[in-house]
Amino acid sequence: MKARLSAGLLAAALLAAGCGSDDGGGSGQQAATTAKVGLITKTETNPFFVKMKEGAQKSAQANGMELMTAAGKFDGDNASQITAIENMVAAGVKGILITPSDTKAIVPAVKKARDAGVLVIALDTPTDPQDATDALFATDNFKAGELIGQYAKAAMAGKPAKIATLDLAPGITVGQLRHDGFLKGFGVAEGDPSIVCSQDTRGDQSKGQTAMENCLQKAPDINVVYTINEPAALGAHTALKAKGREKDVLVVSVDGGCTGVKAVQSGQIAATSQQYPLKMAEDGVKAVADFAKGGKKAAGYTDTGVTLITDKAVDGVEAKDTAFGLANCWG
Amino acid sequence: MEATLPRRLITTPTAGPLAALVLACVFFAVNSEQFLTGGNFSLIIQQVMVVGTLAIGQTLIILTAGIDLSNGAIMAFGGIVMTKLAVDSGLPPLLAIAAGLAVCAAFGLLNGLLVMKISLPPFIVTLGMLNVVFALTHIYSQDQTVTDLPPAMTYLGRTFNLGGTNVTYGSLLTILLFLLFAYLLGQTAWGRHVYALGNSPEVARLTGIRTNRLIVGVYTVAGLVYGIAALLLVSRTGVGDPQAGQTDNLDSITAVVLGGTSLFGGRGLVLGTLIGALIVGVFRNGLQLMGVPSIYQTLITGILVILAVTVDQLSRRRNR
Repeated sequence: MKARLSAGLLAAALLAAGCGSDDGGGSGQQAATTAKVGLITKTETNPFFVKMKEGAQKSAQANGMELMTAAGKFDGDNASQITAIENMVAAGVKGILITPSDTKAIVPAVKKARDAGVLVIALDTPTDPQDATDALFATDNFKAGELIGQYAKAAMAGKPAKIATLDLAPGITVGQLRHDGFLKGFGVAEGDPSIVCSQDTRGDQSKGQTAMENCLQKAPDINVVYTINEPAALGAHTALKAKGREKDVLVVSVDGGCTGVKAVQSGQIAATSQQYPLKMAEDGVKAVADFAKGGKKAAGYTDTGVTLITDKAVDGVEAKDTAFGLANCWG
Repeated sequence: MEATLPRRLITTPTAGPLAALVLACVFFAVNSEQFLTGGNFSLIIQQVMVVGTLAIGQTLIILTAGIDLSNGAIMAFGGIVMTKLAVDSGLPPLLAIAAGLAVCAAFGLLNGLLVMKISLPPFIVTLGMLNVVFALTHIYSQDQTVTDLPPAMTYLGRTFNLGGTNVTYGSLLTILLFLLFAYLLGQTAWGRHVYALGNSPEVARLTGIRTNRLIVGVYTVAGLVYGIAALLLVSRTGVGDPQAGQTDNLDSITAVVLGGTSLFGGRGLVLGTLIGALIVGVFRNGLQLMGVPSIYQTLITGILVILAVTVDQLSRRRNR
């Protein structure tokens, strides 16, 4: 038993030595392989990113490219995203599409990849500073917030508003932009007395419910609820329903996932701003393909569009119905 | 019997993990043309050095039959302390780093004192500490990432040339730390006491080991090691990140278990932990090079952990 184990150990050690001895020799290019493109999302399981992956896959096939994917273990997992960037650069990708989990902390790793000649495009979320990546393909999150703000203002038809905002988390740009956009659209400034409660939800349904419960405890007469995304909105709806308030409180949201659009259809959410992750990824992969073929680098910001989805349209705010929303939703 | 057993027990558990690491290397070398390069190996070591270093502290604690769920959180706090002190408070970088190390060691000490004084299970103590330190990190940093670090703080992330391959100073420090603790555990009285304590606290106490002091010492040293991990993390990412380390507690336990150290204490090698960390790093890197999505890395790591624990259990039964 012991002899066999030590023999195994010796063999293993010999193999290990062989394993690490080759220095750079193996990196020479073999016969022409298809160009590679990498997609790094915040998490693996969020339907938004699943749709993004689908779009990337579709576009990679159409452009004759090989797609590599990776994701963080949780929203905010910067270390895993850095590791993924490094591994993809080592794998020889032409370009990387990334939704940065931490907009500042990812910047040095992005710079290294770009220094290695890789095209880096931010999807959905800009880096801080934005020009740390070559280009940005994303929803205009401020506008997404502004649309539901305008809608809520018009739907209130002059009734005095008591607003609750169910936000994302401190220090995350997307959440801040949507929040600020909503306030601008509604025509109130931060700190306005009509904003009676603001709570963070991390975009999570159960945290959204808890936040709404606490807000109702604090200010029972809330009649407008802004939510960072539809899971938070559905959580809020559950809390409102428990108080019998689901009919007379206006809930607005952002995202446009299929569950969210269905919730608009059934009246749980009044309106939502729909964004298009599939298009972000499709266009991103296309840009990398163009770079691989002709060396043309994508640059600047490309707005991938946002549409207000509601079945109770109001005057003066352009919107599409839930049939359109369902045809274009993700998740 | 008791005298010869430890020697045998601590030599054999590492054979399996080493074989697994080698097999994985061979597999990926065959399947990916980019895998077998010096640059890629340097990269893998850079990628595992933070969790690997955390896992050194975790190994010490697990050898005493404890466990530490708070190490990733303590590291994140240490990283924020050093970067904020240097950037926002304008402290000289070396002083800021020293403060970060001290804070981490202090939390280790606190863990140790709680485990020892109230004789609470380490699982509960460190679970509580995880939440305390996590919250403190977010309160102190106001959830802001600290950027524009002074060069001294990212020094360990820089590279030097070693036989044609660029290696970071941090990788070198990590390897040296592993060697240091392999020596401390294998060759000193302190190391033998740690093993003895993990095998049987009662016997250890009766043989004259001051077990309380030993426990507090182990947790404090572990805390200090987490501080070094914090410095390595900061140097690698170039920022102070309040969200860092959230799954590193479990990842460090994974490295320890994959390295053949028994979760029941008293048995295992710190070099096994290095191998365990490398196994995870090699799989993550190799699968990525092959174009396999990251969710499969999680799947495979999970299976490996279960296999490792099975092997540990089987070999215990055989040795009984």
